[in-house]
Amino acid sequence: MGQVTLHAITVLGHDRPGIIAETTGKLAGLGLNLEDSTMTLLRGHFAMMLVCEGDAADSEIESALAPLTADGSLTVTVREVPTEETQAAEGTSWILSVHGGDRPGIVSAVVGVVAGVGGNITDLTTRLAGDLYLLVAEVDLPPAADVAAVERELASVAAELGVGVSLRAAETDEL
Amino acid sequence: MTVNTRVLEWTESDLGVAGTLREVVRAPAPVLSTVGDTVDPTSPDVVRLAADLVATMRVSPGCVGLAAPQVGVGAKVFCVDVSAHPKTRDHHGTFVLCNAEVVSGSRNEKAREGCMSVPDFTGDVKRPSRIVVRGQLPGTGEDVELEAEAFEARALQHEIDHCDGLLFLDRAAGAHAVYARKTYL
Ligand SMILES: [Zn+2]
Repeated sequence: MGQVTLHAITVLGHDRPGIIAETTGKLAGLGLNLEDSTMTLLRGHFAMMLVCEGDAADSEIESALAPLTADGSLTVTVREVPTEETQAAEGTSWILSVHGGDRPGIVSAVVGVVAGVGGNITDLTTRLAGDLYLLVAEVDLPPAADVAAVERELASVAAELGVGVSLRAAETDEL
Repeated sequence: MTVNTRVLEWTESDLGVAGTLREVVRAPAPVLSTVGDTVDPTSPDVVRLAADLVATMRVSPGCVGLAAPQVGVGAKVFCVDVSAHPKTRDHHGTFVLCNAEVVSGSRNEKAREGCMSVPDFTGDVKRPSRIVVRGQLPGTGEDVELEAEAFEARALQHEIDHCDGLLFLDRAAGAHAVYARKTYL
């Protein structure tokens, strides 16, 4: 086995049918292997991030994807990235949800509590619909974290912001 | 909910053969995505398979159920035992069912599932929390119908899915409802 080369690619911009098909088609054409990817719409904007593996140079990938950006509706970035060791997290897994009236600073205040105890966010979605602001996050807390204290601090931060917060254990049923 | 006493009283010693340990296969093994064959519950091969499934379940930490495709056999046979699980309410102890199907279900609930055959992911799956299941006991081949709820209902549906060539991944509750596994048993 030779050295594995990974490329992180982002595609952002105006949504229309076929963007994913075109992007992945070009990547397959270069012999690149799609590994992890995620895509969603952010306020109607197409937003995709992916990591693929293969020998093509970043510049080659950029040229192959150039047709996507030709009319100015999409932006593409390509960057070689190192292989990350996925560490087996000790600790505990939680689902954090926050919702309430929109106001500045909700996300930073809430995730600040998590960061303050060495917690790590592994997945995050926020949405704004009308005046309702919503945050849902997957959170890993370190083994030493005092979960009751984290809950109290989250509740106090949420009370200041006038939003509701809940922290539920992300239990898995092993079947 | 009424517990079926025939199923509750059943134990693997009723099979009359000692089970041997089988290796648990992992996705993407094709057998996990293949509809299992309907079996003759009285055939010696099926009785042996039933005993092997229970034996393999017993030695796997935290394991509450195992289906034939998970040991590489494309057949509609699975075992379940949720009796020691903290989320269990009423239950039927250890039992094996052949050719089982869900007859009816109600009260959908979403929960995150993990599977020995898919060790690197967990996923949110919505399933009925009260079900009626019909199948046959291995050995005697007698037809049984049982009501199950809560954790036992989820375990039964997960194993019946295995027998139908389905993984929890096939029932993911959404595009962002599958997660990289963080902790290993
Ligand atoms: Zn399974």
